[in-house]
Amino acid sequence: MSAATAVATGQPRRSVPRAWHLIERNLFVYRRTWTIIVSGFFEPLFYLVGIGFGLGRLVGDVTGPAGQPIPYAVFIAPALLATGAMNGAVAEATFNFFFKLNFNRTFQSILATPLSVRDVAVGEIAWALIRGGLYAIGFMMVIAVLGLVRSPWAVLAVPAALLLGFATGAVGMAATSFMRSPTDFDLINIIVLPMFLFSATFYPIETYPEAIRGIVAFTPLYQGVALIRGLTVGVIGPEMLIHVVYLLAMGFIGLWVTSRRLDRILLK
Amino acid sequence: MPTDAPSPPLIRARGLTKRFGSFTAVDAIDFDVAPGEAFGFLGPNGAGKTSTMRMIGCTSPASGGTLTVLDMDPATRGPEIRGHLGVVPQQDTLDEELTVRENLVIYGRYFGLSRAECGRRADELLEFAQLTERRDSRVEPLSGGMKRRLTIARALINEPDVMLLDEPTTGLDPQARHLLWDRLYRLKQRGVTLVLTTHYMDEAEQLCDRLVIMDKARIVAEGSPRQLIEQYSTREVAELRFPVGVQETLDGQLAGLADRIEHLPDRLLLYANDGEAVAVAVHDRGLRPETVLVRRSTLEDVFLRLTGRTLVE
Repeated sequence: MSAATAVATGQPRRSVPRAWHLIERNLFVYRRTWTIIVSGFFEPLFYLVGIGFGLGRLVGDVTGPAGQPIPYAVFIAPALLATGAMNGAVAEATFNFFFKLNFNRTFQSILATPLSVRDVAVGEIAWALIRGGLYAIGFMMVIAVLGLVRSPWAVLAVPAALLLGFATGAVGMAATSFMRSPTDFDLINIIVLPMFLFSATFYPIETYPEAIRGIVAFTPLYQGVALIRGLTVGVIGPEMLIHVVYLLAMGFIGLWVTSRRLDRILLK
Repeated sequence: MPTDAPSPPLIRARGLTKRFGSFTAVDAIDFDVAPGEAFGFLGPNGAGKTSTMRMIGCTSPASGGTLTVLDMDPATRGPEIRGHLGVVPQQDTLDEELTVRENLVIYGRYFGLSRAECGRRADELLEFAQLTERRDSRVEPLSGGMKRRLTIARALINEPDVMLLDEPTTGLDPQARHLLWDRLYRLKQRGVTLVLTTHYMDEAEQLCDRLVIMDKARIVAEGSPRQLIEQYSTREVAELRFPVGVQETLDGQLAGLADRIEHLPDRLLLYANDGEAVAVAVHDRGLRPETVLVRRSTLEDVFLRLTGRTLVE
C-alpha cells in the first residue's frame, strides 16, 4: 500500500456505509433530471418490439440454449435485458464519471471529508449499478407480462444483470480514468456497439465459425447474455458458475484499478 | 520555531517536505499552529503554500519530515483528521449539479451527520454566508464572491476545529473581499483556528495573528505582522517616482538619506523612521521626483527585504 493509499483509506471497514453518500448525491442530481434515466428504459423496449416481434415474424423459431427451438422474441429478450443493464451502468461509469473527475472537481471536494478514494470508487460503481438495475427491473417486468419468460429461474435474471453491470461498469470506470478528453469516448462506442451486436445477442453463438466463437465467448456481454438467457429460458447448468466467476473477477479488477487510478490522480 | 502559546499546537510540522519527482515544492519547513489563532502562509505563487495546505488537509502525502494534525498522523488517520477540518480550496470545488442548499446538505452527509442536522446547519450557514435568498439557485450563475462564501459555509458544515483557507480572496473584487474578511473575522472571534495562505500582504495583515513568509519552498521568516515589520523594515517608507529615464541617473545622489534604498523598476523605496523628513531632504538636494508618497511599512516591504522581490509580480 502506497503512502497515498494510506492517507485516503485509513479505515477501510467503514467504506461501504460512507460510499452510500455518493449515491445520495447522485439522487439529488437526478431528482431534477430523471428524464435522462427514463429514456434508457425505452431503448431495449424499442429493440424488442422492432427486432424481437417485427423481425421475429420472419425469423420464426431459433435454437435455444439447450438446442430446443424457441420463439425469436424469447431468444433476444434476455439479451436486451443484459444490454440495457450494461448500457445504464456504462453510461454512468464512463461519461458522467469523466465529467465529475475532470471538470466538476466533485471528487476533490469529497476527498476533503472523511470519505476516501475507495469510498468514491465503490459509491460511483454502486450508483452505476443502481441505474443499470432499474433498467433490468423495468425490462424484466415488461417481458414477464409479454410472456417471454419461460422459467421461474428468471427471478435471478435481475441479479445476474446487476453482475454484468458491475463488471462492465467497473472496467468502464477504470478505462475512463485514463481518458484525457471527451473525444476518447469514441473508443467506448467502438467497443460497446459491436459487443452489443455480436455477443450472441441477436443470434446463437453457433452461427459463428468455431475460431470466432472463442473470441465472442470472451466478451463480458456474451457471458452476461448466456447467464441471463439460461435463467429466463430455464436451462440451468454448471457452466453458469463460470459466467458468474468471470463477471465477478472482471468487476473487482475494474474496481481495484479505478481505486489505484483515483489515488494517483486525486491524491498527488 | 515553537510558539509562545501555552496550549499544545493543533498542527505541528518538523522538516516537512513535499517532492514531485525531482522538484521540491516544500523544503523541510517547521511550524506550529496554536488553537484559536489565525495563522498565515504568505508568499508568492509557487512558494509551496498550497502543497503545504494539502498535506495538512490529508489529501497529499508528505515526502519527508513529520506532521501531526490534532495530535494525529495524516498518513494513518486521514479520514479522522479530515472529519475535524474545514477546507476552502484555492479553486472552487462546489458541486455545480446541485443547488446552493443541496451543496451544504450533502456535504454534511459526507461527514456522517443526520439529514435533519444537515438541514438545520445548512439554513444557519446560508444565513451566515448571506446566501439565504439564493438557497434554491443553481451554483453556476452565482458571482465569484458568492461562490467563495458558499465554499466557506460548506467548509463549516462539520463545525471544524481548524479551517484551511487556500487563497480565500484571490480573484475577488475589493467589496467581495471585505465581505469575506468580515466573515472570517467573525469565525476567528468564535474561536475557530484559521490557517490561510495568501499572496496579498493586506490580507495577511488583516487576518493573521501570526504568519510565516514562504519563498522558494522554504520559510524565510516567522512572527506577527507587527513583529515582522519591526524586525525587517523601518517604521515608514518614502516612495519616489521619477520621470522615465531619470531614476537610472541618480547614482549616489540619494546616499545617506535613508536606512536602506530599494530600486524597483518604476520607483525607489527609501526606508526610514521618518518618511516626511526623507522627502524634505530629497527636495533639499535639488531632486524633483514626479510623485512622493510617504507611508507605513507593510509586509510587502518585509518580503522585498527578505527576498529582493515583490509579492505579486
